[in-house]
Amino acid sequence: MSSKIEQVVVRTPKKAKRISPLQELRKNWVLYAMFVPIAVFFIIFAYIPMTGVIMAFKEFNYRDGIFMSPWNGLENFEYFFQSGKAWIVTRNTMLYNLVFLGAYTFFSILVAVLISETYNRFFKKAAQTFMFLPYFISWVTVSAFVYNFLNYEFGIVNVFLRNIGLEAIDIYSTGGYWYLLLPLLYVWKWVGFGSVLYLAAIVGIDQEIYEAATIDGASRFQKIMRITLPLLKPTVVVLVLLGLGRIMRGEFDMFYQLIGNNGGLMNATDIIDTLVFRSLMGTQDFGMASSVGLYQSVLTLIIILFANYLVRRYDKDNALF
Amino acid sequence: MEKNKLNSAPVFQAFSYTVVALIAILCLLPFIVLISGSISDEGQVLAKGYSFLPRGFSLDAYAFIFRNPGDILSAYRVSMTVAVVGTVLSLLISTMAAYVMYRKEVKYRNQLAFFLFFTTLFNGGLAPYFIWINSYLHLKNTLAVLILLPMFNVMYVLILRSFIQGSVPEPLVESAKIDGAGDFRIFWQMVLPLCKPALASIGLFTILAYWNDWWTPMMFTDKEQYVPLQYLLYKMLSSMNMSAAMAQHMSSLDTPKETFKLAMTVIATGPIVILFPFLQQYFVKGITIGAVKG
Repeated sequence: MSSKIEQVVVRTPKKAKRISPLQELRKNWVLYAMFVPIAVFFIIFAYIPMTGVIMAFKEFNYRDGIFMSPWNGLENFEYFFQSGKAWIVTRNTMLYNLVFLGAYTFFSILVAVLISETYNRFFKKAAQTFMFLPYFISWVTVSAFVYNFLNYEFGIVNVFLRNIGLEAIDIYSTGGYWYLLLPLLYVWKWVGFGSVLYLAAIVGIDQEIYEAATIDGASRFQKIMRITLPLLKPTVVVLVLLGLGRIMRGEFDMFYQLIGNNGGLMNATDIIDTLVFRSLMGTQDFGMASSVGLYQSVLTLIIILFANYLVRRYDKDNALF
Repeated sequence: MEKNKLNSAPVFQAFSYTVVALIAILCLLPFIVLISGSISDEGQVLAKGYSFLPRGFSLDAYAFIFRNPGDILSAYRVSMTVAVVGTVLSLLISTMAAYVMYRKEVKYRNQLAFFLFFTTLFNGGLAPYFIWINSYLHLKNTLAVLILLPMFNVMYVLILRSFIQGSVPEPLVESAKIDGAGDFRIFWQMVLPLCKPALASIGLFTILAYWNDWWTPMMFTDKEQYVPLQYLLYKMLSSMNMSAAMAQHMSSLDTPKETFKLAMTVIATGPIVILFPFLQQYFVKGITIGAVKG
């Protein structure tokens, strides 16, 4: 009973300010207790591993562990930057992500706009269902598709090429094909998801604007160019900026499943995440793995903060924080 | 209105239908090719390669898999256990956290939100994470590691919070409090039921994430009883991502079971592809709820 009365009193703002952390905890202990499970989880699985960044400045060995291994200054970073890998993986990660983001945004908007121009409900539903299918499957399954189509001996594409008298393509030993194939697969997997996102924005546009334009004699095409696209712009800008914030985070699932540890393709397809994975699980090069990991984390943090700053300036409500 | 639009630009209409249909077919096509490959006759595939339509007809690949179904049944069991237990725990704990961050009485609710959110901005990298979980927590080769690691998505927690803000009015909570309901009871009997639509969407996203997770088992298990479906599929397929030269070398040692790989993919992926389109509306709702917040 008394706690209820306290509650009412405390809710007046003047009083609320004067409460000490301990009083606050005692008063709302049930609520804070309800936050404990998730807090414990994130302390154990996020914050403590975060302190492991010190590993990047150590010569790690299993016996001494993360915290007791001897320091070795910036040696790990020197090794990483002198290995010639730094530039390749940074370039690949950023360029692939840029192309992914651009292609994904373009096709999602294209599909969303065109779907909003079709009026047969059955058609709409069927088309959206089909486009959503790739979203549900894992990259493991996608790698089976790639095999099915592009496998050197039996793949459909190569069977076709041979039948018309052309040379079959061997994607697992020629890096160049992946510059096209990876963005294509990325769009294929995400266009259903993205078009739903943009379609929601299009549906939200005030129909009266279109009606007014119809009365003024605007064609469908003009309405898209002069109404739909300009009104989508804020959504696009925000989503693209937030996407740019993740530009240093590679699509490990995709690259690892489709390409794996294929040495011959590394210049074309090695990204930061695959390098970290390979160093850790393959060569057990902990110095490399941890320094590259920290390099990526720090750059990601800086870029996200900058992207969020831009979003804030552009549209405060949609900023992450 | 609709009639009007229809008649006003037939060329543009035709263009829209054509392009959308084309992209939709391209999205569907690999699935059809996969199925027709899996029911093809192995001998004909080896002779002529895959085609859009089945090469002959044979269920040998499936028969081969079901003759010895132990691995697959075990993988199904692991996948389902992990997905169900993980999703239930995840939803419960996430909603509880979201509810705490929604209650105005909680003075530090924004700090709590930032505590969660910061983990999406910065992490220590894979190396310390891997060593922490293996050597310090000793979670290697446990069912717990498969359930715990993919459990939370901070974005879902924040989406849940804004959903509660939008659908549970403040006065409702106040009046429940005046009637003597405790904070947990308000959550359990009022907020949780009101969250059902959001829970359905986010629950499905979570199940999907669990179902498609092959990364956690690859990193943290090496025993067969902890192999879920997607990782089993990965292990079976992984021998094939090699260059033509290597493949030729391999084929002399061991005849590649071509259609078997595709049949395995169908069996591992089938349930999701058959079931989830029917639940698509929840995914669409989930994306839209998330999109409102950015």
